[in-house]
Amino acid sequence: MSDRLTSLREAIQQVFPQVDGVLGIRRGPGGIISPYLFHSEHPEELEALAIWPKEPLPDVLRKIQKAHPEAKLAIVCRGCEERGVVEMMKHSQLNWDNLTLIGLQCTKEEAEFCRCAKPYTVHAKIVVGEPIEGVPDPVTEKVAAMSREEKQEFWKEQFLHCIKCYGCRTICPQCFCNICTLEDEKFVETGRLPMPNPSMYHLIRAMHMTAKCVACRECEETCPADIPMAVHFRLIARDVQEMFSYETGAILEQKPPQLLVLEEGEYERTGLPH
Amino acid sequence: MIEYKSVLTTCPYCGTGCTLHLQVLDGTLVGTLPAKEHPISQGGLCIKGWNVHAFVNHKDRLRTPMIRKNGKLEEATWEEALGLVAEKLGEFKAKSGPDSIALLTSAKCTNEENYLLQKFGRAVIGTNNVDHCARL
Repeated sequence: MSDRLTSLREAIQQVFPQVDGVLGIRRGPGGIISPYLFHSEHPEELEALAIWPKEPLPDVLRKIQKAHPEAKLAIVCRGCEERGVVEMMKHSQLNWDNLTLIGLQCTKEEAEFCRCAKPYTVHAKIVVGEPIEGVPDPVTEKVAAMSREEKQEFWKEQFLHCIKCYGCRTICPQCFCNICTLEDEKFVETGRLPMPNPSMYHLIRAMHMTAKCVACRECEETCPADIPMAVHFRLIARDVQEMFSYETGAILEQKPPQLLVLEEGEYERTGLPH
Repeated sequence: MIEYKSVLTTCPYCGTGCTLHLQVLDGTLVGTLPAKEHPISQGGLCIKGWNVHAFVNHKDRLRTPMIRKNGKLEEATWEEALGLVAEKLGEFKAKSGPDSIALLTSAKCTNEENYLLQKFGRAVIGTNNVDHCARL
């Protein structure tokens, strides 16, 4: 762990002269970690640099880049965060040309915590740590192997605990629409808990994550009810792979299936929030 | 220089004490993130906590005390407002005794603020009529 931290510090210092800031995480008061933009003017701040637990950095990057479109920024990213950055670039949420990726490879323990199939980066030119193989996802496999009745009971029990905090939606780096269906009272009734029809919230979200979820599991981590919602997204990702041969974050030039259009410029013409 | 930092603080909405980070970009509040690894909220928040940044600079937020004059709320200074409260409390106490006054405090305040309010009630006004929203 400490070796990887030292290498990351060195990698960031190497990148400093070429960028206006490096987005990573730091350990603050009380030992609590949070995202932070490091600067070459203050290399001493790298003393507080941290690597775990991870934070939804691509979303923070989007906020910074929106305010500073011309700034040259670097981001410390794990496999999932790199995939997040790639998908956001494809949906016009990030300017790829102004970005430098510092790829941080996950350890086996970290990958097991996230039940991650791809705990490594593939596009980053600067790489810290040794890439390892993916690990199995026992929760997804357990649900996939259930009978129809068992599945229904399992999800009913899980959804019963939902407190509708919208945390999974809010923390998700891939949830960037200006208008959110989940805030439409036609679909998600306000003021009642447990939700009379929780599938509306959770399955609308699952559908909207189609070919977008990058398996970072920030949603599950922030869920006060411990609902394993990443299972939905991971099972849907298998179908997307089968139907469209599309894998999030994998190939830079490949358009996501929801952006398939017959004429160039068609997506922009619709005026949809993107 | 672009400045992005997170300010660790406690959610002001209820007595649970969830911890969160206020996201500050170039000196402006832009969002909220839960604090992972914190023993109370463990990286989670409720919908109010997630939107805690929204009221800080909201246009409807009251920025001065308001005093009702001729049936209409008007902006006032803290000196005026506190002066009016002290005057009225003194008036009620003189007319009907200290037990005509009760103090209700809140789970949204800190222990220290709650302590001060009961001290004010008992030592200054002279009543034990102190209660709390969590007991109601």
